[in-house]
Amino acid sequence: MEERELRGLIDRVKKGSLSRRSFVRRMAAVGLTAPLATQLLAAGGVAMAQSRAAYKPTKRGGGGTLKVLWWQGPTLLNPHFAVGTKDQDGSRIFYEPLAAWDPEGNLKPKLAAEIPSRENGGLAADGKSVIWKLKQGVKWHDGKPFTADDVVFNWQYSSDPATAAVTSGTYKDIKVEKVDDFTVKVIFDKPTPFWADAFVGTRGMIIPKHLFADYIGSKSREAPTNLKPVGTGPYMFKDFKPGDAVSGVINPNYHQPNKPYFDAIELKGGGDAVSAARAVLQTGEYDFAWNLQVEDEILQRLEKGGKGRVNIAPTGNIEHIQVNQTDPWTEVDGERSSLKSKHPTLSDRAVAQALALLVDRDSVEKHIYGRTGPATANFVNNPERFRSKNTVKEFSIEKANDILEKAGWKKGSDGIRAKDGKKLKFVYQTSINQPRQKTQAIVKQACQKAGIDIEIKAVTASVYFSSDVANPDTYTKFFTDLQMYTTTMSQPDPEVFLLQFTSWEVATKENKWQGRNITRWRSEEYDKIYRQAQVELDPVKRAGMLIACQDLAVKNQVVIPVVYRPGVSGSSNQLRNVISGWDNNTWDLSDWYKEA
Amino acid sequence: MAPGDPFEELAMNPAIPPEVRMALRAKFGLDDPVWLRYIHWLGAMLQGDWGFSFTSRMDVDQLILQRLPTTLVVIGSSQILAIVVAIPIGVLAATRPYSLFDQVANTFAFIGFSLPTFFTGLLLILLFSIQLDWLPFVYRADIPGSGLPWIWEHIKQSIMPVAVLGLFQGASLVRYVRSAVLDVIKLDYVTTARSKGIGERKVITKHVVRNALIPVVTLVALQMPIVFGGAIVTEQIFRVPGIGSLLISAMLSNDTPVVMGVTFVFACLVILFNLIADILYGWLDPRIAFR
Repeated sequence: MEERELRGLIDRVKKGSLSRRSFVRRMAAVGLTAPLATQLLAAGGVAMAQSRAAYKPTKRGGGGTLKVLWWQGPTLLNPHFAVGTKDQDGSRIFYEPLAAWDPEGNLKPKLAAEIPSRENGGLAADGKSVIWKLKQGVKWHDGKPFTADDVVFNWQYSSDPATAAVTSGTYKDIKVEKVDDFTVKVIFDKPTPFWADAFVGTRGMIIPKHLFADYIGSKSREAPTNLKPVGTGPYMFKDFKPGDAVSGVINPNYHQPNKPYFDAIELKGGGDAVSAARAVLQTGEYDFAWNLQVEDEILQRLEKGGKGRVNIAPTGNIEHIQVNQTDPWTEVDGERSSLKSKHPTLSDRAVAQALALLVDRDSVEKHIYGRTGPATANFVNNPERFRSKNTVKEFSIEKANDILEKAGWKKGSDGIRAKDGKKLKFVYQTSINQPRQKTQAIVKQACQKAGIDIEIKAVTASVYFSSDVANPDTYTKFFTDLQMYTTTMSQPDPEVFLLQFTSWEVATKENKWQGRNITRWRSEEYDKIYRQAQVELDPVKRAGMLIACQDLAVKNQVVIPVVYRPGVSGSSNQLRNVISGWDNNTWDLSDWYKEA
Repeated sequence: MAPGDPFEELAMNPAIPPEVRMALRAKFGLDDPVWLRYIHWLGAMLQGDWGFSFTSRMDVDQLILQRLPTTLVVIGSSQILAIVVAIPIGVLAATRPYSLFDQVANTFAFIGFSLPTFFTGLLLILLFSIQLDWLPFVYRADIPGSGLPWIWEHIKQSIMPVAVLGLFQGASLVRYVRSAVLDVIKLDYVTTARSKGIGERKVITKHVVRNALIPVVTLVALQMPIVFGGAIVTEQIFRVPGIGSLLISAMLSNDTPVVMGVTFVFACLVILFNLIADILYGWLDPRIAFR
């Protein structure tokens, strides 16, 4: 999508001839996330839509105990140390950010009095600062007032390298200043069109200064409040057993009227996804279950129990196949998949094109993932696939055969194509995981029909996804021809996400395979557009550039997107809750209630 | 040593810079060679410092203490159930060898210890939780409340895990009790006792069972570590927050200090139960007692 086209669309939203929702949908179709699309509107002068308020209860409490199931229980309750979503979700019961992302990608104020915009003076014209106005009268669970000092402290805490906070990526390159007791200013060193990262959503939860101030830096682990959180959220801490259970009781002084509805919350951890789905959908023992990584067929069968429903929330997570651009089988200067090498066969454009044609995404969706993995042609998440103009997903064995034939790859007596003595034989790895291994089988079958021999390899997840430098089977080393996994786009903006195709991020022995460019694809064109996008003041122009970047990676078959993975959870039929794929499962816990 | 990394989930998230992961690894000493890490651990352990969990950043001894009561209650009651079921059945079967009762008991014992606990556990869940909807299949250690309803809730949720574990253990125990009693019942002193006119019931309880219990005690004591192993599976199925499930999740997340701590506790339990067995020998047969 071109810049001019984008501007036209924004104008139409301004005039009212195009709804906000269809704008967001169109952006999503070309590979932009809903949050980015709404940020575009904000920058274009269209105010952000207010989140729908569907909350019905007219008084606080009285709803009994809310019982929720996380099949991996939270192991810690400090959002700055959160290792996975389970920890963030658990922390979010007690802590809140300034604002949260709703399912449509609009910001919903939590501890902020209002969402910054051009009109209210919150957003600077040069894109280099944001002013947040804080809600007044908010109290921590111990009665102390919540002020701008707490917000500034969170920045200091997380950006201190000695704290080793996992949120430091969000906070280390910004500056935060206190304007007055209820106003803070976030300053960026370069124009930042996507300004809503710090203090927002999963990495934005605010911890109290008065309880953590003595535990900044290297003493961070010793803070007693790491295990007994004191926050501003709807429920107050009661008990925590890592990996097993977290419980909370109603916060009688919660800063929103008539909320929360439940008198207490019990989060139970452990077990597996299937039995968690069963406890909510079939027996109704629990009210909610997170992250149901279960084949859709099973979910549908359990839903027939009639006690619960499955929630599907759009996210930016993508299950994709990576195509190695370097040679994994020959050592160059003591390094496999060295940058100095070129893949002997995959570097032939015809072979890569044929491979992309041989991935039957529709079958993968139909037979494996169902609702939990719609087929897609786009790498940057694509919730609605109907309007994609730039990329197409196509499955055609004939076409693949045709391309290979024309490029001079002839079938030998064993049915495998070869050219100049090089055979089309690839090793295709993924983590041990049933849906993934089934996908491998589908791809292998199609490739066989096109004269490509695929050797399947599956590595235990704990090895595959580790950063153990000594192990050759980690996904960052990528010592095979093809590999497949899901990469998450937790930040609702594709800039950081698209860093993985820039040439300066290549994972090599030298940087201990810490670079994010795992396919080791290098393109001057991509680098140029990406660098321009990074410093582009105009968010609309920048969006066009980021779309161009994702198109380059997909059209050059550096990656072959397979299915996108929405967030899947289960709720009991009585429970009314809104799940956002751009934020934690518990992002809107204060608004959960049960219909009689 | 098993490969892996406690921070692998961070690796999947492109918003978290790799430097953070590297810094955490360095901070927790994960980049040190294995022998050095072991010496560090051993040194700290000898001073009573169990280390802290990488994933929850909580002290390991605290983590284990939180879980230990549940483990002891569940495994304790399942062992009691096993003994209570196995000894009378085994003795009865041995006193009437090859009778109908003996054959039925043997058949059930064989079926019982041939079926793995993960299978019987799922079977019970399907029957009692899903078909009949009588029992919950999620075990909660922190049920609020007190008094009789509270106790009843605890019993209700313990029925399935305790039954699965207890009957599995009991089944193999029946076979051992039976053969031990059969060995003793043929000895001369039993015949002497009978010929002195002592009633059959008294002969069995006073003279036979007491002597037959010695190999059974050995078995029960030495099986305790295996029970803890079997409990890991059962704990996973029913979400019992015992040290077994702690061990599993720690292994899956490569949380070495917790794995070391839990296995240390298991080692201590093995020694403890051996000691208990030795003391029981002395009581059962004064000739073995250490004087």
